[in-house]
Amino acid sequence: MTAAVAGTPTATVAELRDRPPADVVLSGVTRTYGSTTALDALDLHVAGGEFLAVLGPSGCGKTTALRAIAGFEVPDAGTITVGGRDVTTVPPSKRDMGMVFQAYSLFPNLTAADNVAYGLAVRRRGRTERRRRAAELLELVGLADRGDRYPHQLSGGQQQRVALARALAVAPQVLLLDEPLSALDAQVRVQLRDEIRRIQLELGTTTVFVTHDQAEALSVADRVAVLRAGRLEQVASPDELYSRPATAFVARFVGTTSAVPAQLRADGQVDLLGTTRPVAGPVPVGDVVALLRPEQVVLRPDAGGRGRVVTRTFSGGTTRVTAVLPDGTEVAADVVSTESTELVPGTAVEVAPTARPVLLVPAGDA
Amino acid sequence: MTAVDTAAGLPAAAAAVDPGPAPTGRRGPRRAGVRVARAVLFTVLGAYFLVPIAASVAFTVRDRGTGGLTARWYTGIPSADGFAETFGRSLTLGLLTVAGTLLLLLPTVVLVTLRLPRVRRVVEFLCLLPLVLPPIALVVGVRSVLSWAPDHFYGTPLADAFFALQEPDLPWILVLVYVVLALPFAHRALDAGVRAVDLGTLTEAARNLGASWPRVLVTVVVPALRTAVLNAAFLTLALVLGEFTIASLLGFRTFPTWIVEISGASPQLSVSVSVLSLLLTWGLLVLISALDRRRPRTTA
Repeated sequence: MTAAVAGTPTATVAELRDRPPADVVLSGVTRTYGSTTALDALDLHVAGGEFLAVLGPSGCGKTTALRAIAGFEVPDAGTITVGGRDVTTVPPSKRDMGMVFQAYSLFPNLTAADNVAYGLAVRRRGRTERRRRAAELLELVGLADRGDRYPHQLSGGQQQRVALARALAVAPQVLLLDEPLSALDAQVRVQLRDEIRRIQLELGTTTVFVTHDQAEALSVADRVAVLRAGRLEQVASPDELYSRPATAFVARFVGTTSAVPAQLRADGQVDLLGTTRPVAGPVPVGDVVALLRPEQVVLRPDAGGRGRVVTRTFSGGTTRVTAVLPDGTEVAADVVSTESTELVPGTAVEVAPTARPVLLVPAGDA
Repeated sequence: MTAVDTAAGLPAAAAAVDPGPAPTGRRGPRRAGVRVARAVLFTVLGAYFLVPIAASVAFTVRDRGTGGLTARWYTGIPSADGFAETFGRSLTLGLLTVAGTLLLLLPTVVLVTLRLPRVRRVVEFLCLLPLVLPPIALVVGVRSVLSWAPDHFYGTPLADAFFALQEPDLPWILVLVYVVLALPFAHRALDAGVRAVDLGTLTEAARNLGASWPRVLVTVVVPALRTAVLNAAFLTLALVLGEFTIASLLGFRTFPTWIVEISGASPQLSVSVSVLSLLLTWGLLVLISALDRRRPRTTA
């Protein structure tokens, strides 16, 4: 899509790439609005050059955390350092960060190229350099031929690409992305998401990406931080987050889980759906709830089976089949589509796990 | 968090989404009915506005002596006694009022939008007050305040300042009163402009890129509100150029009071000046929409 990928990197790309990566450390950052606590003593470490996604439901504090890093929110308590420098009370204009906003934020009176060059003009760079860099960054985001367009002449996806180029033009220490894809339609969203990741890998800029879309977070980030009620629930690589969630909240928020009642025995085995499996972590003996991913469940048509199929949702290669157990528990399973033809609603099935549950939680906490 | 998420993001995103072309009208009898209604409405309204103006024009171009046409009432305007003086004064007052109104209101509206959204209602109410206060009440108040100078503190610097405000060549007191009178109109225009753009995100984007507050104001806020500022300026100027009551009651000679003053001695001249000032106002309106249209408005 862009010449910068294949050919020799432009001067701007080289400069961005050669910057020593800065890490971002939030320690005990608290922010309250009246009686609402948006951030509750949040500790978060973003390694230099890392792409960290901050994921959470609406109201979990993720945007507040990002705005605190950008300087638009001053924490009530706690500190924020960037590359070792304490920026907690530094105004946003002196923080050396590039931010892409959820809402379209291009200056309507400036062309795409002038938007990209805005931060350079503020830094009193010469006209020739501004032009060159704007052109190179527009090329990086695949809009080399749109430099003279005004924002209203660009599509939503193009506007966000220009906003990304504008944020990168100042060679920021940290790139902040505040749900930049949420206003775009699905196809453009996936395309731009992959492009953001490609550019980030190429430049190695420390990036914090706030999103409420778990698929978005898992597909682009090096690590994902899951926030809940202003606190960090878990931070881990996408694989680990999915296969070893630390809490029931993370297990449910990231990916699909079925909660199945089970009994934990004193010998460290768990009785689950007629099978017995060893358990890794320490969980109190007794009634527990096992959280299972759809790919960890098999459904076999069986006239004497305890389960009954209730829904069947085709999605290409696999089909999501949901069965209900006599006690009302619903269990979702992903079945290879060609093998799912018998599993129509109403079919009696035997339900069995194929792997260790991703998490066991005490029965009351699920 | 919720507050930030929705306040900063959602409405703005919704506003930025292009609604697409307006649905085209339906065909058939219903559309024909709409057309007829529209034509009737247009004719009635057009007549309502244009007939008096046409009558005025007819009155000023008819030569009473010969019964033919004459342009002498118009060609005579520039040299008419008092025209240059009063028109110049009114124009100066108008420009000063525009400057004062914008200096007062633009930072206020921006500040309220970005930092004090809670007082928006209060500001709106205060700015609408001049509309419900009768001008006569305003004049009585201004007069009694001005009379403090001779009555209470004659001989002090404050009294001198009060007298300076009432200098007949350039009555600054009128500027002060006109700024108040212009508040409802200028505020409406600026407020509409502020609501039409996502000022919060735009200023944050500029701040994030390193711009200082003054720079944000000059390079981002004012350009984004250009149309609104022009509208506010135009409404204010038009208001001052046509304001009669207060100038007259306070005893100052402005363009409108001059028109009334000469109407007895030279009715044709007074009407031709009125027609001309109407055209001038329209000219300003056209100029502003032309300035605004320099920015292409096609959608992506």
